[in-house]
Amino acid sequence: MNKSLNGKAFKFGDDVDTGQIIPGKYVVLTDPNELASHVFEDVAPEFKGKVEMGDIIIAGKNFGTGSSREHAPKAIKFSGISAVIAKSFARIFYRNAINIGLFAITLPQVDEIKENDQITINLNEGKVINHTQGKEYKFDLPHKVMLDIFAEGGIIPFTKKELNLK
Amino acid sequence: MGNNLIKKILAKKLGHEVKVGEIIYIEPDLVMTHDHQGPMTIREFENIGADSLWNPDKVILVMDHRTPSQTLVAVENHQKLRKFARKYGVTKFFDVGEGVCHDLVAEKALVRPEMVYIATDSHTVTEGALGLFATGVGSSEMASIFATGKVWLKIPETIKVTLKGTLQKGVYGKDIALRLLEIIKTGGADYKVLEFGGAGIASVSAASRMSLCNMCLEMGAKTAIFPVDKVTVEYYKEKGVEVQELYPDEDGEYISEIIVDLDQLEPLIAFPFSPDNVRSVSQIGDEVYALNQSVIGTCTGARYEDLKVAAEILKGKQVRPGTRMLIVPATKDLMLRCTQEGIIETFLKAGAMVNVPCCGPCGGYGMAVLAEDESSITTGSRNFVARMGAPGAHIYLSNAATAAASAIEGKLTDPRKYLSDS
Repeated sequence: MNKSLNGKAFKFGDDVDTGQIIPGKYVVLTDPNELASHVFEDVAPEFKGKVEMGDIIIAGKNFGTGSSREHAPKAIKFSGISAVIAKSFARIFYRNAINIGLFAITLPQVDEIKENDQITINLNEGKVINHTQGKEYKFDLPHKVMLDIFAEGGIIPFTKKELNLK
Repeated sequence: MGNNLIKKILAKKLGHEVKVGEIIYIEPDLVMTHDHQGPMTIREFENIGADSLWNPDKVILVMDHRTPSQTLVAVENHQKLRKFARKYGVTKFFDVGEGVCHDLVAEKALVRPEMVYIATDSHTVTEGALGLFATGVGSSEMASIFATGKVWLKIPETIKVTLKGTLQKGVYGKDIALRLLEIIKTGGADYKVLEFGGAGIASVSAASRMSLCNMCLEMGAKTAIFPVDKVTVEYYKEKGVEVQELYPDEDGEYISEIIVDLDQLEPLIAFPFSPDNVRSVSQIGDEVYALNQSVIGTCTGARYEDLKVAAEILKGKQVRPGTRMLIVPATKDLMLRCTQEGIIETFLKAGAMVNVPCCGPCGGYGMAVLAEDESSITTGSRNFVARMGAPGAHIYLSNAATAAASAIEGKLTDPRKYLSDS
């Protein structure tokens, strides 16, 4: 896929659950922009004032654990974040992220990346570039079945195309 | 190498053998969404633009998260789901007050052994207790399944969990789950299946198996599964449904094995703020962990065996002043049974509150909410930061017996002293 994602790094720790990403009281909402206005409200209220289009979340292990709420990756994506790089993901969050067009990859070296480092993810070459530190890391692309969904912009446009719906 | 349970079920359904790591496309036997993920599912289904569901008979809708009718937005969501059910011909519709989705689909014998069951809830894995492949997806993926009738799955690796010995007094499936969380840790079984077996499973009831399989999700598991043994056959027989026993091949494929000795297992408690931060009740000793609240509810501890033992403990006793106790039976039929058997009366006389069946207390949805410096014990499955209200509130996870005994003493308490030896 000939695409690259660019932005500054926002660091998070281990086991950030979907309730920290978007508190349970907002799960009654469906509008992604409204969800984004409450992203990380309880645990990192300063986040949404600082995030700019394209920025990248860098997290520890088990990111997105807990509830299956797709509201979580949607709140992240519509806040401006283009991708999440984590040591590991909870399964449903990872699947949801790709399904709604938020790129997500695992990288064992996330601890080396610092807050505000300028990061590029090169999807074509499977490379994470840390411009601030002058480092590069290879990563494994998601499985083809997921890349195909991501390439269409998510599972909704993918399914529309599959069913020949406009 | 032979088949483990998941490979066996999927191979039979697909009509060919499957390999670990292989991607398959499969038609689920049943799918479910509820009033939390359902509104988003409908929104995305409409975005696809399909004019019908692939098979309305295979779709279940449950109103259980924001019930009964908690807020205007919640009620409008319920209205949307009712309209959707009428428009697309969904008849397996469980309205406000019927109960918690994971309990209803089992109680009504909708889910059966060897099925593939997909739902928009992380705790869908609960149903693996009954010998089926059950896992969760998000709303957009469910919208896609609604339209196409298929889902992709990667054949997962399986960890064998061998239970030996017999569950002891005051110890339940919840405690097996907490013990495994202590061993495996949150995320430690990412993308994998936990398959239960061993002679010890005979002493683990269907209700306990459901709480156990449910909490395997907190370990990151894609799903958890029990064989269809005599316990399961009996569970369905009581519902007038005949099912066949199903076991893995003797040379089934596993990446590792974990052995849990039930004879040695005590009631366990997960301390804030992670389900894997586990201590046994006897480790607490003389330390006082005061409680503002005790909750018996959710999909991991509000079934008949849970309410029955809680009533045994609370009978003739009082919830300690300063501690509020909320009991939320998992389903309406269960609540009726408990009413007829005097269990509800025991709760009310002990000073507990009893609420209409729903998911509420699990995530502080309209009830059992905690203030910043408060503490609660709960039979729920999650004690993350802010899960039940304020970020500073402390949540302790336990079985129903421990929650009941702790309500009497207003602090974390070993339930075994309140239970007779019979």
